Amino acid sequence: MILDQHLAALVVIVPLLSAPIIVLLRPRGLAWAAATATSLMGFAIAIALTLGVLNGQNYSYHMGSWPAPYGIALSVDALSAIVLLVVTGASALALLAGRLSLNEEINEERQPLFFAAWMLVLAGLVGILVSADAFNIFVFMEISSLASYVLIAGGPDRRALPAVFKYLVMGTIGATFYLIGVGLIYMMTGTLNLADMELRIHAVSDQNPILVAAGFITVGLALKAAVFPLHAWLPNAYTYAPHIVTVFLAACATKVSLYVLLRFDFFVFQQNLTGHDLQFSYFLMPLATLAILIGSGIALFERNLKRLLAYSSVAQIGYIMLGASLVSMAGVTASVLHIFNHALAKGALFLAAACLAMSCSGMRLNDIAGAARSMPWTMGAFVLAGLSLIGIPGTAGFVSKWYLITAVLSQGAVGIALAVVIVVTSLMAVVYVWRVIESAYFRTAPENALPLHEAPRELLVVTWVAALANLYFGLAPSVPVSLSSTAAEILMRHTQ
Amino acid sequence: MELLGYYNYWIFAVVLMIGFYAVIAKVNLIKKLIGLSIFQSAVFLMYITMDKVEGGTAPIIQEGVSDQIFSNPLPQVLILTAIVVGVSTLALGLAIVVRINEAYGSIEENDILDMDRKA
Repeated sequence: MILDQHLAALVVIVPLLSAPIIVLLRPRGLAWAAATATSLMGFAIAIALTLGVLNGQNYSYHMGSWPAPYGIALSVDALSAIVLLVVTGASALALLAGRLSLNEEINEERQPLFFAAWMLVLAGLVGILVSADAFNIFVFMEISSLASYVLIAGGPDRRALPAVFKYLVMGTIGATFYLIGVGLIYMMTGTLNLADMELRIHAVSDQNPILVAAGFITVGLALKAAVFPLHAWLPNAYTYAPHIVTVFLAACATKVSLYVLLRFDFFVFQQNLTGHDLQFSYFLMPLATLAILIGSGIALFERNLKRLLAYSSVAQIGYIMLGASLVSMAGVTASVLHIFNHALAKGALFLAAACLAMSCSGMRLNDIAGAARSMPWTMGAFVLAGLSLIGIPGTAGFVSKWYLITAVLSQGAVGIALAVVIVVTSLMAVVYVWRVIESAYFRTAPENALPLHEAPRELLVVTWVAALANLYFGLAPSVPVSLSSTAAEILMRHTQ
Repeated sequence: MELLGYYNYWIFAVVLMIGFYAVIAKVNLIKKLIGLSIFQSAVFLMYITMDKVEGGTAPIIQEGVSDQIFSNPLPQVLILTAIVVGVSTLALGLAIVVRINEAYGSIEENDILDMDRKA
């Protein structure tokens, strides 16, 4: 098929071009319909790319037919394909579910602008994933970040504004650190193409600038990915954003930064810097462990449902980094797999939170007391996704935690300690998910509360699709597992 | 002497830290944004200084001249893009500050945090 070779470019161009068109779609509901259709198209392209990658095809695309390293290259391999699925899938599901919820939160005359910004976030995130050029990644990163600040600030809650200001400042510092790192590498190698960079760094005699670049890039991206202790922007931004925006961003925004982090540290630096694997794991393993412990710990005591889930995200990012910091095949596989599975679980949980928000007066655990009596379907989906977040066998969360524990246990004494951390924090997850369930099922609604009613059907159907996906990928995990083990092979090919 | 010879990189580092300090230490949101701008400009300086070749000119091929030395044009192109990104970040940041001022009646970080805590 002639289209096939252009898919890697199309997946970026479709949302990018639809953004200015959507701005013009003034009639009621049309902007939403166009944005949803575009997201679904992006999802379809991502599925086509994934199927191609599973069949062993390698997509590389030269913009304007300029050959690399002079032209701008795009490429899609297993690692980009699995994150592409997450990003486009999250966008499509969130938009499909979100029409009524967004109607409540976003002024009607602002909606075309809001959906245009959404398309820019999508184009930026997808652009990072298909790009094979370090500077292009920066540009796409800024496109997606700037547009996502607009999305988060779009809701009616004024507390979103200081949260988004903090996110803007920290996000910009992260991106600028990344830019410094790329500049230093360019200074030493004269190239921006990742594959070319990998070869040329090898020939650089003085490693110091590259080492500094590795530091800047790792820290900058860790800031964007909310790796502990650089997660300060995340909880408030997730809590006060419009509910549907939280679904989209929680499922994929930090994951894309983690993807770039993995790609740089394994693909570009690992085999070129002596001792980089040790530095990488000594630096990130303690941070990842702290992220898991402290994120879960704060979630235990949090009173706001969305903020509880946000702190749980900080812990889950810790699991992803922990897998990567082992620098072993099994560890990296677990890490990539958890990117996919955590997006499924957290996406479904935030969708259920959006359902609750349709009729509850607020998002505190007291506000949802007794909600399960009038909203059994919503809470059913929440419980299912919560089980996946904890990692109960039969759900997607179990598969990646199983891989992670297996990977950790092959690391000797440290490994046993880490396995204990994973098990203990999974129990903590039982407790914080239980607190929500306890409030919704076993407490009675406050006296003066308005009567609750079940969420609108379209929102509920999508929430259940997301929740059942957790079950499906828990029972039949072969596609994400094979994608993430291929991704791990790509990342680790020089290390062993 | 060798350290002084890298004075352009020293300027980069110092300007970078001045901007970073302002972002962290100032409580006024506008001042934070000014700091952020200085921080980004320092990186522009780094890119611009690394492409300069001594005696180099603009990379335009002239007829009859073959031993011309050129400065590398690529970092300048990159930084043009980064400047655009910086300007849009600043514009968006200022727009958010305007909305914060409308919603809270203040642009001091402490006051805003206090108001949120009371609410």
